[in-house]
Amino acid sequence: MKRLVPLTITFIVGFVLIFSVFLPPAEGLDQTFTLYFDIIAVFAFFLGGGNLMRVHINKLRRQKKDWGFSVVTIAGFLFMLAAGLFKIGNPGDIATAVDTQGSLFKTVFDYVINPLQSTMYSLLAFFVASASYRAFRAKNREATLLLIAAFVILLGRTPFGMMVTGWIPDSFSIFQIPNLAIWIMNSPNLAGQRAIIIGIGLGVISMSLRLILGVERSYLGDDNA
Amino acid sequence: MNRSTYILTAIVVLLFIVSWTLKAVSLSGEVDDNITRGFLITISAFLTLAIFSFLYKDNPFYKFAEHLFVGVSAAFWMCQGFWSTLVGNLFPRLSEGLSNFFMVPYQYSPYNITYWIPVILGLLLLMRLSSKAGWLSRWPLAFIVGTTAGLNFIRYLRSDFVVQVSSTFVPLLGNESHPWTGIGDFFSHLSLSASGQFMMILANWIIFLGVICGLIYFFFSKEHKGVFGFASRIGIWVLMITFGASFGYTVMGRISLLVGRLTFLFRDWLEIIS
Amino acid sequence: MPNIGVSISLLVIFGGLAWLLIRSISGREVDRRIIFVFIFVAVAAPLLFPITFQEKATSIVRDLFDRIEELPEGSHVLISFDFDPAMAPEVQPMANAISRHCLDKGHRVIFMSLWATGQSLMTTTLTNVILPEFPEKVDGRDYVNIGFKAGNEGVLNVIVSDFKKMFPTNVNGVPLDSMEIFEGIESCADLDFIVALGGGRPGPKEWVLFVGDPADVPIGVGVAAVVAPQLYPYYPQQVIGILGGIKGAAEYESELTHRRERFADMETPGLHMMGPQTLAHLVIMSFIIIGNIAFFRKKRSGSDSR
Repeated sequence: MKRLVPLTITFIVGFVLIFSVFLPPAEGLDQTFTLYFDIIAVFAFFLGGGNLMRVHINKLRRQKKDWGFSVVTIAGFLFMLAAGLFKIGNPGDIATAVDTQGSLFKTVFDYVINPLQSTMYSLLAFFVASASYRAFRAKNREATLLLIAAFVILLGRTPFGMMVTGWIPDSFSIFQIPNLAIWIMNSPNLAGQRAIIIGIGLGVISMSLRLILGVERSYLGDDNA
Repeated sequence: MNRSTYILTAIVVLLFIVSWTLKAVSLSGEVDDNITRGFLITISAFLTLAIFSFLYKDNPFYKFAEHLFVGVSAAFWMCQGFWSTLVGNLFPRLSEGLSNFFMVPYQYSPYNITYWIPVILGLLLLMRLSSKAGWLSRWPLAFIVGTTAGLNFIRYLRSDFVVQVSSTFVPLLGNESHPWTGIGDFFSHLSLSASGQFMMILANWIIFLGVICGLIYFFFSKEHKGVFGFASRIGIWVLMITFGASFGYTVMGRISLLVGRLTFLFRDWLEIIS
Repeated sequence: MPNIGVSISLLVIFGGLAWLLIRSISGREVDRRIIFVFIFVAVAAPLLFPITFQEKATSIVRDLFDRIEELPEGSHVLISFDFDPAMAPEVQPMANAISRHCLDKGHRVIFMSLWATGQSLMTTTLTNVILPEFPEKVDGRDYVNIGFKAGNEGVLNVIVSDFKKMFPTNVNGVPLDSMEIFEGIESCADLDFIVALGGGRPGPKEWVLFVGDPADVPIGVGVAAVVAPQLYPYYPQQVIGILGGIKGAAEYESELTHRRERFADMETPGLHMMGPQTLAHLVIMSFIIIGNIAFFRKKRSGSDSR
């Protein structure tokens, strides 16, 4: 029951979705299954939210280290949930989009989520700079190649590249840094990325087959019941 | 929290109020509206600076902002999922009453009853939160895994394998639109233009050999020595150039985000740039 | 005034870099926060004292521009906002420029998103760009916002053969059947062009795999710089053109301002960001050079002493 049912579900669903490509009458079933998948995805959002609350409520109850910040998480969660589910401040009716301009939900998105998320990722600019100074060394031939390619791209993707090498005549324009950057992207980068894509593609294909045929069962956990 | 933290918090609160007041005064429009907008822009700036404060060292303001982000984001995705997909796709197929309540058009079909399947599977997924009935969440998980595997199998096979392999077999001496015109023209134009035959031919050779050598590098079932080892070595070089290009683009992306945040601080909050 | 500001900033930055070089060569530690200050100044200075550059579109950007330009008036173009605030500084300028271009050309634009955050950012584009700049365009006839649906590539797998099964209504609950814009549109295969904007998963790659290739619909992509190199293997067979990062956005904006008179004076955030971008790139390259000089000097002195 704990293993057979999930393995059967995976097999049937996977099998139908693959064969619907070859069998047009099965296309309807393929769409229906995918629609089920989309609906279940929303429950996964709920699971994520529920789990987050569970973790922070536990932290709060046991007054673990930094429990005060858990209050911030819980309060932020409940506030946003209320703003979204009850469409507080939404200028339209119940059918209007939850993030209509002017609603509390959209306001929190614009003035809280937006600055927080974009600033968090922008911190990486500082860390990339620090890593460039401390770790980016031309220690061997491979690292030197990487470094040269990075330099060409960094220069070539700014107007400075053309300012420095714009004097090179058209007949030898490949040596203008922006053109060299384009060439790197279109040739060696394309070749390397394609090799990676083909490798990953083969991995995905074989893993999909293993999952559908029940060879790969790690997603079921290690419970042998 | 120690004494210095309390003092720092008090200073930040004070600065917040000053910034809010100044911002509200500087805005044009209705007074009430200005107070709200002033507050919102100030809170946005405060949260931005709170995250930036991590660059100095970990501190309570950063932790506050981080925890707030986690809570608000989780609820954001839940609400969007609820209104867009449950109200938009599920309720109109489940019940006419629910559709009327949420003011979405009811979609009648004799097979609508089957839409209870994802509801049941979705509820079973939530069982993961329970320690006793957690195993039941494997059923919807199996559905998710099966769907993903089924969807990906064909698409990756077609787009990331067949098409990519066929795109690798490029003409190695010119192509249909720019055929080989002889050795005289070979080195005369070192440019990206169509007349730059040398660069085009070189690019095609690099693509063809680069992909093959790159794949050889990833092939671990045979020892990398002799001709195979040489090809593998070429593969590493191609991959290194690829990673260098990716590094360049990554730097570019991260800097853009920082430009975006500083633009907000300078333009919307401090109003020192237009 | 800006020139003096730029000169002083450059002097401060490169003076600082010289100090960093001397310090590094002498083998003394440099606190990471000093590095951070350099980056901050390199980005802030060109914002405070703007330096503007001219951009010329590269062929990979021009291909996308030309495709939208060449489509006959009234063509159906779908623009998908598959990004979040972390990508917005790079991708939103592309979204705004492409939306302007499509609407000005008289195309019918369908806006949608595979990311919940994308729907809210789409609302921002609609509110700040489309409504004020195109008051003559009618919602439901010239453009429509069908919003976000959960399910990642699952959503694409449905709309590739049946649009209305996944999106029965627009974002405000109005049935798609009642809209002029959806006349003759049953699935993605009926669309004339798709622009996938994003940088994560699901994003442009999934559009190629699940819609572009199976339905044979031309796709153009605009992506955050981090993932742009990964999409080159799909060009030009599987994607028409690629806008990579803020440089791609700046090139598209440049093309739009030069080739469409109406937008000669439009806001060009992408182009304005190229100033700070350039200086920051130069500073990071200087860091790499200084770090390597110090490394090789240390290595040489190490081997000398042995």
